[in-house]
Amino acid sequence: MKDKLIYFLELTGMTWFVPVVRMLAGEAPLKQAQLLVQMIGLPLLAMLIFLMLWHIGAAKVITSLGQVPGPTQVWEQSMVLLDEHRAERERERQFYERQELRNAERLAADPDAEVRIRPFTGRDTFIDQVQTSLKTVFVGFLLASLIAIPIGIVSGLSQNLYSAINPLIQILKPISPLAWLPIVTMVVSALYVTEDPMFSRSFVTSAIVVMLCSLWPTLINTAVGVSSIDRDLINVGRVLRLNYLTTVLKIVIPSSIPMIFTGLRISLGIGWMVLIAAEMLSQNPGLGKFVWDEFQNGSSTSLSRIMVAVLVIGGLGFVLDRIMLTLQKVFSYDKTAIIR
Amino acid sequence: MDAYLNLDHVSIDFPTANGAFRALDNVNLKINKGEFVSIIGHSGCGKSTVMNIVGGLYQATEGGVVLQGKEVNEPGPDRAIVFQNHALFPWLTCYQNVELAVKSVSGHRRNRKQIREWVEHNLELVHMMHAKDKLPSEISGGMKQRVGIARALSMEPKVLLMDEPFGALDALTRAHLQDSLMEIQSELNNTVIMITHDVDEAVLLSDKIVMMTNGPAATIGEILEVNLPRPRKRLELADDQQYNHYRSEVIHFLHERHARKVA
Repeated sequence: MKDKLIYFLELTGMTWFVPVVRMLAGEAPLKQAQLLVQMIGLPLLAMLIFLMLWHIGAAKVITSLGQVPGPTQVWEQSMVLLDEHRAERERERQFYERQELRNAERLAADPDAEVRIRPFTGRDTFIDQVQTSLKTVFVGFLLASLIAIPIGIVSGLSQNLYSAINPLIQILKPISPLAWLPIVTMVVSALYVTEDPMFSRSFVTSAIVVMLCSLWPTLINTAVGVSSIDRDLINVGRVLRLNYLTTVLKIVIPSSIPMIFTGLRISLGIGWMVLIAAEMLSQNPGLGKFVWDEFQNGSSTSLSRIMVAVLVIGGLGFVLDRIMLTLQKVFSYDKTAIIR
Repeated sequence: MDAYLNLDHVSIDFPTANGAFRALDNVNLKINKGEFVSIIGHSGCGKSTVMNIVGGLYQATEGGVVLQGKEVNEPGPDRAIVFQNHALFPWLTCYQNVELAVKSVSGHRRNRKQIREWVEHNLELVHMMHAKDKLPSEISGGMKQRVGIARALSMEPKVLLMDEPFGALDALTRAHLQDSLMEIQSELNNTVIMITHDVDEAVLLSDKIVMMTNGPAATIGEILEVNLPRPRKRLELADDQQYNHYRSEVIHFLHERHARKVA
């Protein structure tokens, strides 16, 4: 039980709970307490110092929107944002309740009456924006991975293909998402014309921009991982006369999984960073648009609300990275490798 | 009658910045069925290259390799290789490593039960059944090499190629594995080519010792027939006159006539 729990914590990167578990299991409590201070105490102390510096520093800067918010104002605003979300959900519930009540009355009066439910068109709350952002980055990242991993594998196996596409990759890689955006916007509005779009156009635009920017780390890392496979392992495959597909499935992919995941992690990080910029400009409902709207809004609470968004962006980025790290550890054959 | 395995005027050039580099020149070697042949020489003399050509991993520039009357110029399971660093797939257990080989070589003519039996039989042969579900990272170097040998044997090769199979092991483990190999050899009577730089290993295991001259353009310097009765016992042989005679022949060849000019 204890060992399983520790394994799970180490797998998910929550190593700072390991001493707690060991201490509760009565395993060398003094040593575990020391570890605990080291692993939880020190980061906590650093966090406190950071908050203090923030508090002091923020008070000294006065902008046209008032004082730069300190930790307390930001905390208050985050509560306000949560309350707004709950209020909006409550309104939505009441809206549908009213409709159903009315429909029921009409049906009672006339069983043949045509009834329908109108969709709720309230404004997006902060939580909704977060969800849209996550959805967008996920779609963009997924598209990028589906393209980058196969190309990376094939070009890692063929030196010729790699030399052919390498200059292209090197040129496309450093392009800023902001430069892609106008082109992608025009192309999407030219090609994505349907009567009943499944996704809004701005969503497609942002997702594609995310894809364009998060392709490269996965592609390059996969290619490098594949081309640096132990020659002997490939030779074993040759002796066994495995065909191309079997070689890829049985030898190439398993042995380059760690590198592929390193690329995926970098890609997801970049995708998340790019997304905010893309949303700001493409007006895709999401965290980027939230920040931009608040900035345009310019009320006395705007800066605090933006700060909340900034911290949420950071926190979610951290969580996404942890999820990738855990997946990497689960799929990698070398469980003992230290991955940071 | 033609030999079982015949290396006929084999030469190989490697391209370098200063033109072709002739690594092997005119290597002629005939090996009979069931013979255990060691190739010995200083490092860099091209003995691994010989093995890679027989294994089909390299192509000879001139000449060729004929196995049972057929030329071989690509890798295949009829010439299974035991690699120096074992080359086990680190994400597969010992059992799965052997199983992958069995399935791809003889999966079409064995049903599931027969595959399992054959994998286990080969693991049994190298005394590794107790660790069959362990990953390579969880077992010692000597054990990994045992599994590597089991994998090669499971392909039922016509010729077993071993590239310094015990080179990376400590002396005691090496002795254990040599004994195991002799035991397996007495049972299966495989045709084996083993690359080695260990004189004792060569004399103890081989029917024939092929001594290579130094490169560039290395070739076979001398072939020594080892006529010691089998089964051979390490301890008894230590004081055996005949054994020591063979041993000193090899040492003289390596360190007198073909000593390396630079260390």
